[in-house]
Amino acid sequence: MTAVFTGVCVAAGLLFLAAGTAGLLRFPDAATRLHALTKADGLGLGLIVLGLLPQMPGVAAALKLLAIWGLVLLAGATIGPLLARHATEREP
Amino acid sequence: MAEALTAAAVLALLTVLAGLVRVVRGPTRADRIMAAQLLGTGGIAVLLLLAAAGGDMALLDLALVLAVLAAFAAAAFVQAARR
Amino acid sequence: MILDALLALAILALAAWTVWTRDAFAAGIGFVATGLLLALAWVRLGSVDVALTEAAIGAGIGGVLLVNAATHLGTTAEEAPPSPRQNRLIALLCAGFAVAVGTALLTLPDPAPNLVHEAAAALPATGLGNPVTAVLMVWRGLDTLLEAIVVLLAVLGLWALAPEGATRPAPPPREEGPLPLLARVLPPIGVVIALHIVWAGADGPGGKFQGGAILAAMWVLAWMAGLVRAPEVMDRRLAWALVAGPLVFLGVGVAGLVLAGEFLALPAGWAKPVILLIEAPLTLSIAAGLALLLLGPPERAP
Repeated sequence: MTAVFTGVCVAAGLLFLAAGTAGLLRFPDAATRLHALTKADGLGLGLIVLGLLPQMPGVAAALKLLAIWGLVLLAGATIGPLLARHATEREP
Repeated sequence: MAEALTAAAVLALLTVLAGLVRVVRGPTRADRIMAAQLLGTGGIAVLLLLAAAGGDMALLDLALVLAVLAAFAAAAFVQAARR
Repeated sequence: MILDALLALAILALAAWTVWTRDAFAAGIGFVATGLLLALAWVRLGSVDVALTEAAIGAGIGGVLLVNAATHLGTTAEEAPPSPRQNRLIALLCAGFAVAVGTALLTLPDPAPNLVHEAAAALPATGLGNPVTAVLMVWRGLDTLLEAIVVLLAVLGLWALAPEGATRPAPPPREEGPLPLLARVLPPIGVVIALHIVWAGADGPGGKFQGGAILAAMWVLAWMAGLVRAPEVMDRRLAWALVAGPLVFLGVGVAGLVLAGEFLALPAGWAKPVILLIEAPLTLSIAAGLALLLLGPPERAP
């Protein structure tokens, strides 16, 4: 049961990671590419973390996984607006 | 389970390597910073999958360090790019 | 196997591009990306300790230093580019060095000469669980002492670039919005993670250089957001923070000369507490040194 849960979540996470990368490569300008990035950060890594939680040997390792995801979300949430402002300053 | 997770790590690495094209092509500094950010996230995903596949929990500490420094480095790059 | 081949190819290609590209900012980002991939490669080689160092010092601190330097210089260098003759000479020397290292590696006997068994046998006497930390602190303590002093010398070298009368690094551009928020939320978490990494170094991958790098990054983040001021170059407390680690390390070394008969020798049975005594101030000194390198040279007060 946990194996199925892990499999589904990790597969979905990989899908979002790939979708984020595809967006980063294919979208026409910096502002739209920014949208793609946050999907990979938030959903891609988030789903992988969710799927791996039952595979962890203890509570400490599981909490570390959640902390890693939280830090990546925090970084993404900060960098997004900063980059967006940078992009609009340059090309109004 | 371990084989499946290692295969997932290979797939995650593949997507991340595809994102390298944006580091190389740019064209703006914002694009390169975004690509580096995605590389960090993807690298963390690879580490977590390898940790679960091989049972080496020290990799979680490495992922933790990467996550903290990725936030700092990206902020520093944006500030440098605005100068 | 596919993973390793892909990784190796990507590292080579990215490193070549980073050297090749004309845009200094892009090359800095390329260096960071290469460092991240190198960290993954070290994981695949079973050296999580080296991967941690590569991620923290190489890609993290080193990458930010390079990108900062790139934006200070501007993307077009002011001095004339090297002449074709100089270029050929540089290429020749680099290629010669690469061939020499490659030949040395390929002619090593298999397995290569090593001290793995001796190290494993002597590890229990140190009270440590991580052989890498045992090498750094017990068996090759002199190297680690000199490394800590190198950080100090680098700071002095940077300060030597300052113009006459400059006492403090220039403040960063004013920031509002998300950056001050990140600079308030991240450092408390970062400090806990840094201390965890230093503490974990005794028995697993981790250590003072990696933990010190995170501490430095957290302080510089607060500085970037305008939450803290850069210290004066002549600040007494700053000077103590910079020299505390090397000083304690040297003191323990001299004490070893008296108590155990050799410079840097640790008295038997006391290795673990003495190592902690050295590592605490050393982490502080490394963090202070790396942070000052990130701030850049002092500039004249406006």
